Amino acid sequence: MNSPAAPAIQSRSWVSDKLFLGMSVWDYLRSLATPGNFVAGLIMAIGIPLIAYRFIYGLGAATNLDQTNPWGIWIGFDMLSGVALAAGGYTLATSVYIFGLKEYHPVVRPAVLTGFLGYLFAVLGLVADLGRPWNLPVPLFFSWGGPSVMFEIAWCVVLYLSVLGMEFLPPVFEWLGWPRARMWAVRMTIGLTVFGVMLSTLHQSSLGGLFLMAPTKLHPLWYSPFIPAYFFISSIAAGLSMVIVESGLSHRAFQHRLDHTVDIDKLMLGLARGASIVLFCYFFIKVQGVADMGRWSLLTTPYGMWFLVETVGFVLLPSMVFAFGARNGMVSLVRWTAAWTVLGIVINRLNVSVIAMNWQAADRYVPSWMEVMVSITLVTIGVSTFRWIVNRMPVLKELPEYHES
Amino acid sequence: MNLNRRTFFKVAGAAGAVALAPARTASASSDEAGVNAERRGVLVDTTKCIGCRACEAACAETNNLPGPAMLDNPAVFNTPRTTDTRTYTVVNRAATSGTAAPARFIKRQCMHCVEPACASACLVRALDKTPTGPVVYHKDRCLGCRYCMVACPFGVPKYEYDSPLPYVQKCHFCADRQAKGEAPACASVCPSGALTFGKRDALLETARERIYARDAKYVRHIYGEHEVGGTSWIYLTDVPFEKLGLPTEVGTYAYSSLTQASLAAVPFVLTLWPPLLMGIYSFSKRRNEVNATGTGAKGGHHE
Repeated sequence: MNSPAAPAIQSRSWVSDKLFLGMSVWDYLRSLATPGNFVAGLIMAIGIPLIAYRFIYGLGAATNLDQTNPWGIWIGFDMLSGVALAAGGYTLATSVYIFGLKEYHPVVRPAVLTGFLGYLFAVLGLVADLGRPWNLPVPLFFSWGGPSVMFEIAWCVVLYLSVLGMEFLPPVFEWLGWPRARMWAVRMTIGLTVFGVMLSTLHQSSLGGLFLMAPTKLHPLWYSPFIPAYFFISSIAAGLSMVIVESGLSHRAFQHRLDHTVDIDKLMLGLARGASIVLFCYFFIKVQGVADMGRWSLLTTPYGMWFLVETVGFVLLPSMVFAFGARNGMVSLVRWTAAWTVLGIVINRLNVSVIAMNWQAADRYVPSWMEVMVSITLVTIGVSTFRWIVNRMPVLKELPEYHES
Repeated sequence: MNLNRRTFFKVAGAAGAVALAPARTASASSDEAGVNAERRGVLVDTTKCIGCRACEAACAETNNLPGPAMLDNPAVFNTPRTTDTRTYTVVNRAATSGTAAPARFIKRQCMHCVEPACASACLVRALDKTPTGPVVYHKDRCLGCRYCMVACPFGVPKYEYDSPLPYVQKCHFCADRQAKGEAPACASVCPSGALTFGKRDALLETARERIYARDAKYVRHIYGEHEVGGTSWIYLTDVPFEKLGLPTEVGTYAYSSLTQASLAAVPFVLTLWPPLLMGIYSFSKRRNEVNATGTGAKGGHHE
């Protein structure tokens, strides 16, 4: 943990002020020597060479992917789950700026930052997974595969990553002390929010739409013409839950950076109410998918049991517990339920892309330790970046000079 | 009501920029009669195949790939093989041992679908359907996302996982030879008449004639006539198709149709979301202004 800015520093330079939390270089480096940073450093010390190893020796050397299973956890976890869990950015921005729920304003910035970093590291995971990532400009500028769902996703993710970056400019400019630039950035808010909703609607659903092309490979309980709707609706629940989880962790980790005038618990209960409703809708259309496709008899098979674990254990139950917790003001229960929901979304994305994929194939995929380690490393770098930014920029708390009613 | 005009235009401009993205028409489904008539294919009559694997050898030679292993050894048929990055075609023996059925062999390679799933999955058109039949690979465009492998119901595209500079590999129907008016290497060397190269429409007629000829014992089905919307390579057999290892649950629709509804929603999202959201925005703004008793909030401040 970075310690709070030490009081009474002599000769505060810009660098010291902005980058080293007001400390001298030596003091700052000493302040980094914490158990948390040690663990993070250890993970990166193992993971970053592994990423280099993957690029030098190829995907076959680092992963357990094969000709039957071309997609593993770098797609299922880093990309699909990462993008779903980063949905808090557009969900909260829409609630506050479009729906006018201004009381949630204090959680918009952390949600946008979580979203931005979530997408950034999802894209980095994708770069590790792509065989020829240096060709990424090809679908953007040189050869357009219009009928491809993947083409739509490529454009939307690139544009939305830019939108999130621009949405996060106001706190960056506040940190740099550039009020005029900040004013321009703030004026873009509504436009960026609407554009962000359009892009998110498209690519969150299209990430599910990718699997429409695999009717013979994906287990029939997960394969559905509704799968784009499943992905989109569940991304809202994922985004809301991730904001609750992130807020709970920030509450412990960044005590000194919090705005203690805001009743964050009340906001969490409101988000929980929203997540409960969204999760219930999601559960309902999942059941409708089973009914429409006439899949009831499959529920008693082993895959059916696993499907029930996912839809009842990680969608319906958290929906009910969210409602119970929100009604009875049990913030701690709500926080645990949010983590539970986040886990459920990850399970869903892994089911669709890995576990229920190629379920009849002779060759089944289990990730290699290197794939797991690279995923852990990307999450660690993402969390470290989040901490670095939150410790410097006005994310959890607005600066008083910029506070507007 | 005070919907900021400038804000609105900013949003509308953003929406317009996206709406200008290329029209989403399935390029592969250009089904004009002229194109249809020129479409080439191969009829594989498995009752005529003797399992000599000359096609495998010719394929390897013309593509500068390592020659087939165990070429004169029947033990090669004991386990079914699949194509791989260095083998674009394989001949397998049908799983009919123990039955009265005669030994049957089946050549497998890319089916060169009429509306290929791989090509409609590819975001850079690296895999591309040519009007005359071959599904070709423009390797310079490929990102290596491997969505083609997910999409292909026949498991045809193979990936060079061992290479740090990997490509997708698969049969390209000797598109270069076809452009010169020659038959694909495999079909040109087949000694038994099992492989017939020609126009797909004519081959379908030939296949029907054979099925309905006197004393013919064919299964009354041309595999590839309708499967996944039709394939360039079509198969006849007198043993069940499952025994040959051909997937029989792939459906008779083009896989590009599976994502059409999803992609058709794109223009609606791009045109309907902005006015809807701006409408909600102006309502909520007004509501908040009314609620803020007495203070008529000034426009333009969204933070």
